[in-house]
Amino acid sequence: MAAGRLWSALTRPLIDQNPITLQILGICSALAVTTSLDTAVTMAASLTVVLVLSTVIVSLIRRHIPDSIRLIVQIVIVASLVIVIDQFLQAFFFDISQRLSVFVGLITTNCLVLGRTESFARSNPPLVSAADALGNGLGYSLVLILIGALRELFGTGKLFGAQVLPLVEQGGWFTPLSLMLLAPSAFFLLGGLVWAVRSIWPDQAEAPDTTPPIPEEARR
Amino acid sequence: MSDLFALFLRAMFVENMPLSFFLGLCTFLALSKRPETAVGLGIAMIGVMGVTVPLNQIIYTALLAPGAWAWAGMPELDLSYLSLLAFIGLIAASVQMIEMLLERFFPAIHAAFGVFLPLLTVQCAILGGSLFMVERRYALDEAFVFGLGSGAGFAIAVIMLSAIRSRLSYADLPAGLRGLGITFMLAGMMSLGFSSFTQMVAP
Repeated sequence: MAAGRLWSALTRPLIDQNPITLQILGICSALAVTTSLDTAVTMAASLTVVLVLSTVIVSLIRRHIPDSIRLIVQIVIVASLVIVIDQFLQAFFFDISQRLSVFVGLITTNCLVLGRTESFARSNPPLVSAADALGNGLGYSLVLILIGALRELFGTGKLFGAQVLPLVEQGGWFTPLSLMLLAPSAFFLLGGLVWAVRSIWPDQAEAPDTTPPIPEEARR
Repeated sequence: MSDLFALFLRAMFVENMPLSFFLGLCTFLALSKRPETAVGLGIAMIGVMGVTVPLNQIIYTALLAPGAWAWAGMPELDLSYLSLLAFIGLIAASVQMIEMLLERFFPAIHAAFGVFLPLLTVQCAILGGSLFMVERRYALDEAFVFGLGSGAGFAIAVIMLSAIRSRLSYADLPAGLRGLGITFMLAGMMSLGFSSFTQMVAP
């Protein structure tokens, strides 16, 4: 039973409860870093690490945190972990950390991290919390990498910086869509992705705000 | 003076927080269902960003920047890696302070948008404003203007989006597009619209 619970905590957030497309968590940083695949992968990995570590720590000390200051405690734990990741990236992957600019620091206020520590790790033992965090991190990474790959492929014709589609200037056939590298396309792609996911799994669709009034003819 | 005004316009339109930097999208999407809540959120954002960005600028230059402790005989000391922790602490404290002040002296305003204030502690746009302030080395007056401008830009964007969404609630959308999907599309179109402001202020 315990293994089954772990497995479901790990796999449910991948599609059924995907943090980005269903829970609307952590979108803040999801769009800004997806202009190329390598920044998206770096961001996804950093977020997953921070998420898993912080939920484990919060879950370990969950019985000792006073309720009134729990938000501050959680934020301080997350911020300390983010500082470690930030220093690590600056030391070993300097050019990527320059391109991510402030967005690594913004993992601190990523709603996904606080959402998971607040709603799951605070009331569950460490192992299940870690599985849940890993699942959410992977679900987040899945969306991030997909959008990063689409934007880099159609925006520049490259993947991971290597030319995949031959450009027109170099005698190929592909004309890069520079719109893909700008802000609006990220919104459109994510909106389209949400649409696709909810069309395949219709139970994820939201209820309509208002039911349309019955037209005059139908009433008679 | 004109430089500061240009910076204000730039922070408000050209570098709009949610639409061109994707900051604060969680609250931007979650609280834009009705215009009334969006107005409250917008005002709270202007207030909080106008306070926290200049305060963080003071803290950064006085305590954390490389060489800030030169007067104490420690010119080598570089505490800038602590800035994240200091900023988030100050934001949490000032949000709490604003809430207490409002509750004590302006209970009507507090009742109008009190529920959003605690949420703003974990708002990416507010922390992002402080981090951009460090990255771009703003002086104190610039930091103040930048904070106000970014807050105002967020307010404009969220109020406009909520107005569109409240009209769209009567539209017959495909089931999968309802709610989140169409909101992303709307934000994308607004982002396209805002990109026409790019030439408004010379960089």
